Amino acid sequence: MYDFAYHRPDNLDDAANILKINPEATVLAGGMTLIPTLKLRLANPSDVVDLSAIDSLNVLSVAGEKVSVGAMTTHSDVSTSKELMETIPGLSRLAKGIGDPHVRHRGTIGGSVANNDPAADYPAAVLALNASVNTISRTINADEFFTGQFATVLEEHEIITSIDFPIPRRSAYEKFSNPASRYAIVGVMVADTEAGVRVAVTGAGPSVFRVAKMEEALSNDFSADAIAGITLSADDLNSDIHASSEYRAHLVSVMAMRAVNSALTQ
Amino acid sequence: MPTVSLTINGKKVVADVEGRTLLVQLLREGQRLTGTHVGCDTSQCGACVVHVNGKAVKSCTMLALQADDSEVETIESIANEGELHPMQAAFKEHHGLQCGFCTPGMVMAAIDMVNRIPNLDEETVRHELEGNFCRCTGYHNIVQAILAGSKAMQS
Amino acid sequence: MADDGIGASVRRKEDQRFLTGKGHFTDDISRPGQVYARFVRSPHAHASIGNIDTSAALSAPGVLGVYTGKDLAEDGVGAVPCGWTITQTNGELWNAPPHEVLATEKVRYVGDQVALVVAETLEQARDAAELVSVEYEVLSANVKLDQASNSDTAQLHESVPNNTCFVWGLGDEEATKSAFNRAKHIAKLDLYNNRLVPNAIEPRVALAERDSGDDSCTLYVTSQNPHLARVILSAFVGLVPEHKLRVVSPDVGGGFGSKIFVYTEECAVLWAAKQIDRPIKWTADRSESFLSDAHGRDHLTHVEMAMDDDGKFLGMRVDTTANMGAYLSNFASLIPTYLHGTLMQGLYTTEAIYCEVTAVFTNTTPVDAVRGAGRPEATYLIERIVDESARIMGLDPAEIRRRNFIPSDAFPYQTQVALEYDSGNYGPALDKALSTLDYKNFETRRANSETEGKYRGVGISSYIEACGLAPSQVIGSLGAGIGQFEAAEIRFNATGNVTVFTGSHSHGQGHETTFAQVASERLGVPIEDIDVVHGDSGRIPFGYGTYGSRSLAVGGSAIVKAADKIIEKGRKIAAHLLEASESDIEFTDGNFTVTGTDRSKSIAEIAFAAYVPHNYPLDEVEPGLDESAFYDPPNFTYPFGVHVCEVEVDADTGEVSIERWVAVDDFGNIINPMIVHGQVHGGIAHGVGQALLENAVYDESGQLLSGSFMDYCMPRATDVPSFEIGQTVTPCPHNPLGVKGCGEAGAIAAPPAVINGIVNALSSLGVTHVEMPATPQTVWQTIQNAKT
Repeated sequence: MYDFAYHRPDNLDDAANILKINPEATVLAGGMTLIPTLKLRLANPSDVVDLSAIDSLNVLSVAGEKVSVGAMTTHSDVSTSKELMETIPGLSRLAKGIGDPHVRHRGTIGGSVANNDPAADYPAAVLALNASVNTISRTINADEFFTGQFATVLEEHEIITSIDFPIPRRSAYEKFSNPASRYAIVGVMVADTEAGVRVAVTGAGPSVFRVAKMEEALSNDFSADAIAGITLSADDLNSDIHASSEYRAHLVSVMAMRAVNSALTQ
Repeated sequence: MPTVSLTINGKKVVADVEGRTLLVQLLREGQRLTGTHVGCDTSQCGACVVHVNGKAVKSCTMLALQADDSEVETIESIANEGELHPMQAAFKEHHGLQCGFCTPGMVMAAIDMVNRIPNLDEETVRHELEGNFCRCTGYHNIVQAILAGSKAMQS
Repeated sequence: MADDGIGASVRRKEDQRFLTGKGHFTDDISRPGQVYARFVRSPHAHASIGNIDTSAALSAPGVLGVYTGKDLAEDGVGAVPCGWTITQTNGELWNAPPHEVLATEKVRYVGDQVALVVAETLEQARDAAELVSVEYEVLSANVKLDQASNSDTAQLHESVPNNTCFVWGLGDEEATKSAFNRAKHIAKLDLYNNRLVPNAIEPRVALAERDSGDDSCTLYVTSQNPHLARVILSAFVGLVPEHKLRVVSPDVGGGFGSKIFVYTEECAVLWAAKQIDRPIKWTADRSESFLSDAHGRDHLTHVEMAMDDDGKFLGMRVDTTANMGAYLSNFASLIPTYLHGTLMQGLYTTEAIYCEVTAVFTNTTPVDAVRGAGRPEATYLIERIVDESARIMGLDPAEIRRRNFIPSDAFPYQTQVALEYDSGNYGPALDKALSTLDYKNFETRRANSETEGKYRGVGISSYIEACGLAPSQVIGSLGAGIGQFEAAEIRFNATGNVTVFTGSHSHGQGHETTFAQVASERLGVPIEDIDVVHGDSGRIPFGYGTYGSRSLAVGGSAIVKAADKIIEKGRKIAAHLLEASESDIEFTDGNFTVTGTDRSKSIAEIAFAAYVPHNYPLDEVEPGLDESAFYDPPNFTYPFGVHVCEVEVDADTGEVSIERWVAVDDFGNIINPMIVHGQVHGGIAHGVGQALLENAVYDESGQLLSGSFMDYCMPRATDVPSFEIGQTVTPCPHNPLGVKGCGEAGAIAAPPAVINGIVNALSSLGVTHVEMPATPQTVWQTIQNAKT
């Protein structure tokens, strides 16, 4: 690791100020991606701003028709939250499948969503559940948030504070894990929401995306059979040593059908 | 140089560290607690698992400064005055270790597992070991050990 | 049987320290004044080295030295040798290019070392290593095994035309040809045996220290065989005279073959410690391990089996191309030849066999022994062609094996490929495995799986291995540069407890317990009064270490020999003390007794008398009770067994799940069943890893794509089932314990069991082969191809 100055502010204003005066600074949430990146010397920030002491970022609450999850909520807390299990069990189950128990104790939803790893799980939930991403300065709708591989509309140093998930009628996430890393080769979140049925796919492409054809079919008939014949073109999908784009295209269909079945049995 | 102040195995520790010092480096090099091991650099093998504020974490993926004000427990603190912790005893009884390198992380992960999940079964144990590699045992005896250790911890 | 004697599942003596975090692994050792090493490694698979500018690194904070291959060459440092000379089929010797400690002219794989930086702290060494500027002229890379020996492929070594290290053959080529001429049926397969990264969870470490007082050095290193390392470092690399070098390999966190070898890193660190006169530690990070630990397997094979109308094996021929990587690792040449070709008989009476192996260099990490070493490759191709033979004959895979097994009354059995099997009884192992699995009702289970949309298959693998390496004179005649005996010393202390020194090395195998059991049973001393010491050339007699499942068969036999000497001497002392004739003294359960009387002396009393020799037969024996023995085995040992598994294939995703695993192994007599079962478990998981998960993949430029645990898939707890382990017992007839060795069996047996199971599951689709690793994508693609 290259050395850096470490900061642990206890409020958002201080955090924002440190970031402002140190243009080469970076934000540390759970560190499950950032610290391995630093260890391999793939990044060289001047300052690291740890958000873990900012209590307001670590709140999970149900209010009316939505669940608000603070950015620093760990995967473990999301997966074991009783409120979430009762309102959006698909989200709890997704969180339970991230990484491993030790990673889930540290990794956070805000860190995962801000990083937008093409194979991360949370982006599929944010997009499928039609969530809103609240930052220090604004609220961003899921459909506008993710812009590409490791890219979002967040400005440099714009801190995510929480994510609001409207409670869906039903939802489920099915993942085909990379056997080595346990990231998603393909993950599909299907959600039957106020805004209609939404299907979001992670792992398969450069960034999370929705599948309009499946959404349309499921809006008419929320059953696995309804999407049985729908396959994606492999053209724009990822290909690596673990899965070709053709295989990924096939897995999107399989995982989507499994997610629908799983949503129906919840 | 920044200072980190924390409790390690019940003992108050104040140490000078760099921003980039990892918790595992503080433990192994700073405190000579070499029971916690490093087996990879991509946060997967789990040889470095310790408890921070009662939860299992990978100490190779946490800065020492992130542990400021925390309670850290390592494998060295688990036995009670020479008497093995029930989970350690179960690993011995069921031959859940061979070379011993992954063992500290395994035992710390196992205790955390039991703390979180009261009624473990074989399938759950196998899934909960997602973050711990062992090259020697084929996991069979580790699973048996954790199931037995879980019972012993609860009795 | 005593509670802690031979045959008892004694809980391990070594566990206490491992369970409490008090193990002594190499990286746990820190020496006063210790500094740190970091290597500058080539980012290119193949390049000429131009100027190396070390000036910026030398002036970086904390830097104590920056060294290149030129510095070592000027000091006369030699190359790292390969210890097994091969004579080719044409009678010529092999082409064995030198492996420099630090590359001078060319780099030949990604990770090849060009410079060493030593600094006060590890981070300073890393910082400075980035400042070493190396000019490379990048050359085209040779990474495709099937094209390595083409004349238009990039050439690695000037002295090695067509990148061909050797072409070697074993067996009777003419007789085999004639067998194929008269065959009624011929089965054929092309197979790839995938490349494995050993991945012991403890990375390699070297900590070198010079004592300027007497100009001696100590090297603490993660080694499976400290004495062998000492010989190589002194005699071949020429770093320190043997008597001035102590090699300590303390607790070692798994080896699996990868820690047999002397690596260039420890050579460089030892040399640098002499220059700087400070202890220098190098600890591999996992990314370095992926690049620099010797890999395993990587064979391309074409195999054919000739049969008569009854499915009897008339002849087998094997044509293998073996990847050596960029340089010859210490035993690289042995693996695809005498540990592979010699196993081609399998368990069968195949009448004629010819195996030819072409070993080639590529711009990849050197390849050497990984758990099983040559024998998994042999077993895989044999057991696959046996299943394919059954398929084309329309025979049950179990039946074709039974028809061809070497009958139990045919031992000792001279194989067509040099070995003489000393013992064996294969039918009962197969029967037991099949009945445990309930093989006869398998089709019902297959049908049940089908109703759930899954393909179910059963896979059989019957294996034999040659272990207990090895008769020194035999291997010497075959090209080995070393011997293969083992050493033991049993030292009674004056107070009656015992220290056993062994040349074997435990890196997980539990010698501290098993060897103590052997000594306890022989000497009648309680196991808690016996400590086993290994892994320190300064304390133990010269031994060859642990690999090839040899520890108990060879090292344990040496302990028995030393114990016999102790008893013989003790008998003389007892005769004196008891005023009886030596021939009237019998030794049982730790007591020397005058036959037919109750007059006796315990062995502890004898030990005391030996160290305080007041009343003592000094004219007949020397004081002290401390005996050494060296044991050189007359033959290899031949463990065998049958593993059977049931797999389920999810046709939607291609995922394979292993539903059951039954192993019936014959390791001869067993000292500690608990430890033996553990060894089998671990071996199976390693083999399942090879069959389903693990693969070292290079891209066309020679970059290792699966260079971390993010892409190289290690077996996890969810990838394997609980194992059902059984035994048959056919004792080894030629060692005193009747033991054979068990550490590699699972890794040898498992891969063909898994692949045979998958092929069996998909047989209704017309699938006849699936390559390893059978990842979900591979299996799914196989199914798609079969459907179209």
